[in-house]
Amino acid sequence: MRPDDMSSDRFTEARASAVAVLPAMIAVIPFSLLLGALAAQKGITPLEMMLMSATVFAGSAQFVAVDIWREPAPWLLLTVTALLINMRHLLMGASLASKIGHFGTGTSLLALFTMVDETWALAEQRAARARLTPTYVLTMGGILWINWVGWTGLGAALGSLMGDPAVYGADFAFPAIFLTLLVGLWQGPRTGIAIAASAVVAAIVHLTVDGPWFIAAGGIAGALAGALSAPSGDEAAETGIGE
Amino acid sequence: MNLEAFNLDPQTLLAIAGMALVTYATRLGGWFAIRRMVLTGRTRAALDAVPGAVLAAVITPAVLTTGPAETIAAAITVVAALKLPQLVAVALGVASVVALRAILY
Repeated sequence: MRPDDMSSDRFTEARASAVAVLPAMIAVIPFSLLLGALAAQKGITPLEMMLMSATVFAGSAQFVAVDIWREPAPWLLLTVTALLINMRHLLMGASLASKIGHFGTGTSLLALFTMVDETWALAEQRAARARLTPTYVLTMGGILWINWVGWTGLGAALGSLMGDPAVYGADFAFPAIFLTLLVGLWQGPRTGIAIAASAVVAAIVHLTVDGPWFIAAGGIAGALAGALSAPSGDEAAETGIGE
Repeated sequence: MNLEAFNLDPQTLLAIAGMALVTYATRLGGWFAIRRMVLTGRTRAALDAVPGAVLAAVITPAVLTTGPAETIAAAITVVAALKLPQLVAVALGVASVVALRAILY
């Protein structure tokens, strides 16, 4: 154990993490049930659903997969599609790397396995204020993982008893959560420039190109805008090899 | 539930394994590429901008290209988040999208 990770601190970290992840945990339930129900209609069994949720653990990729699913499963198409939808993880992992640099390799591998949009955004928000601890990252990751596996499995078992979550506005819960996290990430005008560049490019790509390309396009546009709007004097942008 | 709930089809297992493998690879890839680098200057600034940029891109279809109800509800959510706890701001956002859809559509 790390000396700065004593048990009382760990409890405080775990509790803070659980409180932070609660809105996302609740918001994901109707979608988990819906995903399971849709999967059941495509012939996916509850056990297969839970296995997919436990190992893939990626909401948008699983929704698209179930959408294009047929029997027998077109495994190559499903694999390539999951790769495309999850490309954004490359940017997210790269951004998180320096913030979990003090984690051990095993802990990092586990933390990254549980990295989804919500836990990543919460970790970034936390890292802007405090040093990230393994307890903080793994608590919320574990909570969302159990939540996701359990509710998608239940959805598949219950079949199509669920209605459409959009009726309760539940489809807007995730955009709303991400908006509040964006507010938390705000660090001045340069944050605004990056967000605006990303949103404009993502909107154009979303309207003109099929598929999930708008996320990567917006993310890269925002990163470029962030680089270009950096104060001059940092012109000699060097990447050195550390350690 | 009957015994069919526990069926595992080999081709389904192959699909799940493929999806799981590439997804974990995307989770590790960015971290693996960057973790031993010390970034400075514009490269650092680019990476610093990633969290906001990716979050903004993910929600862009829901917020900007769906309709006025969603765009207005998004603005309400942001204003609420400046003053109120996150859960309250999210609840206000969801409530306002339901109300605005009823009014506008």
